[in-house]
Amino acid sequence: MTQTGEIVCNDISKVFETGKEALSSVNFTIPANGIFALIGRNGAGKTTLTRILSTLLEPTTGTATIDGLDVMSDAKKLRERMAVVPQEGKAISWMTPLQSVSSYLMWRGMSYKESRTKARETLARVGLGDVVDRLNRKLSGGMKRKVLVAMVIASDSEFIFLDEPTTGLDPISRQDLWNLMTELSKERFIFLTTHYLEEAETVADRIGILDDGKLLALGSMDDLRMKIKHQYSVKVQKGVELPEVEGKVLVRRDGQVHIMTTQDEALRLSRILIDRKAQFSLNPIKLDDIFYDVVGGNALNEETDGET
Amino acid sequence: MRRQGRQLSASILVVAIYEMKNYPVILLNSMFAPLSFLTLIWFVSQGTLLVPGIIGGLIMVMFSSGTSLQSDLAHLKNDFKLQDMVVSSPTSASTYVMGIAISEIIYSLPAIIILSTLFYFFVQVTLIQLLGIIVVLMLVFIMTLSLGFALATVTSDMVQSFAFTRLLTTLFSTLAPVYYPITLIPMPYRYLAYLSPTTYAAQIAQNLSGTLSSSMNDLMIDWTVLIGLTLVFLWIGVSKSRWREK
Repeated sequence: MTQTGEIVCNDISKVFETGKEALSSVNFTIPANGIFALIGRNGAGKTTLTRILSTLLEPTTGTATIDGLDVMSDAKKLRERMAVVPQEGKAISWMTPLQSVSSYLMWRGMSYKESRTKARETLARVGLGDVVDRLNRKLSGGMKRKVLVAMVIASDSEFIFLDEPTTGLDPISRQDLWNLMTELSKERFIFLTTHYLEEAETVADRIGILDDGKLLALGSMDDLRMKIKHQYSVKVQKGVELPEVEGKVLVRRDGQVHIMTTQDEALRLSRILIDRKAQFSLNPIKLDDIFYDVVGGNALNEETDGET
Repeated sequence: MRRQGRQLSASILVVAIYEMKNYPVILLNSMFAPLSFLTLIWFVSQGTLLVPGIIGGLIMVMFSSGTSLQSDLAHLKNDFKLQDMVVSSPTSASTYVMGIAISEIIYSLPAIIILSTLFYFFVQVTLIQLLGIIVVLMLVFIMTLSLGFALATVTSDMVQSFAFTRLLTTLFSTLAPVYYPITLIPMPYRYLAYLSPTTYAAQIAQNLSGTLSSSMNDLMIDWTVLIGLTLVFLWIGVSKSRWREK
């Protein structure tokens, strides 16, 4: 069933010619507004799903619609309304930001003159107003990514797909892009993939957790918090002798112990740790805790000690 | 139509105009290969192979323009991921590729202008013969363009892609009898030359310019093979290339 104002995936699977199954029966419906962040480890299937939704890749089975338009049969109509910054996309080295943005707008049908004006405005908006005529190869990594983002913003597309746009950026450039995405999401829908959990938690209205081609969880941060049993996270320094704990205990490779537990148990544990003069932190769970809980102990090189 | 014109212009700006504007040395580079080989042929033959050399230069420019499409498309697709941005835009595959194909010709314009000037002064042909040579050049361009597009859509390794372009250009436009008549190749090696599609194009053009005299039957075979290969490569380019990936 197609629905307007929503992104709907019905039983989407993707098996590549090599036999690798990248997506396995992915189903979800999300409103096509704000920012949706798809998180997962490398190889989880984020890029494959993004490419299917952005009409770049055919699914093996299943259907997907954006605002009621099928990504396969209505691709032509959808391409009028969407824009994509692909994973590892780069600003063309022999061009300037102004040339990059304006030529992309011409591919979208704008006249040369109109595209130049619009490109200048957009580049100024993303903070590249002073470097519009500098060659892309002379720009910093953050600036180059901003050129790509400026290309899609300038297009006035309603649906913007950003596949790992902040990978490899320094914290300041990353923060700049987050601010830009947040501002942009007031008027457009942004589909973002990232493996920076902090990024998803900071900017996204809704988050999907994908692992091994399967969608394991979906919802707002509050929804996701409600889905897991333990609401508090206690991180204890390596070498501290721990009492019996009720909750989920993970031991990182660096020896730090990560315990997810209930509020009462967290308070009991912290009293014991204070008595033992141990170094620890106690916090309400964050997205990384939810991620570890949902994806399992293998996430980010952690090893599960089992649930006690 | 107007929209398609803008989309075509975008491809031309990106692949040819901006690159030449921002790096003018490219203008010299694009004419260096055909003209240097022509000069060599001219000196070695003491001027007797100047006419087939000029025609060979034009065939080489068309051939290398076509094969350059392969490396340019693959470069934009794999290194910059630009093709993904264009596929997910309103631009169609045919408009994008046509724009880049025109860019390849623009990119080769310095060589084409010089070779055409030499052609005007040194090659004596009637209007019909001239039109015949232009058709041959266009067929060579369309043939290699189609092959280039098909290869580009399935190529993911850039080093291999650039090497492949250079290999094709060397085999089919310098080693093959393009700059010189096939009669200069001793038997039985001459048969090897017929493995190159450019041999047929060069034979037709050399006949039209009066530097080679083939029988009507041979000429009919040359035209048939050239048109046939162009249609086959065009079919491969249209049917086997991928815009949205599978």
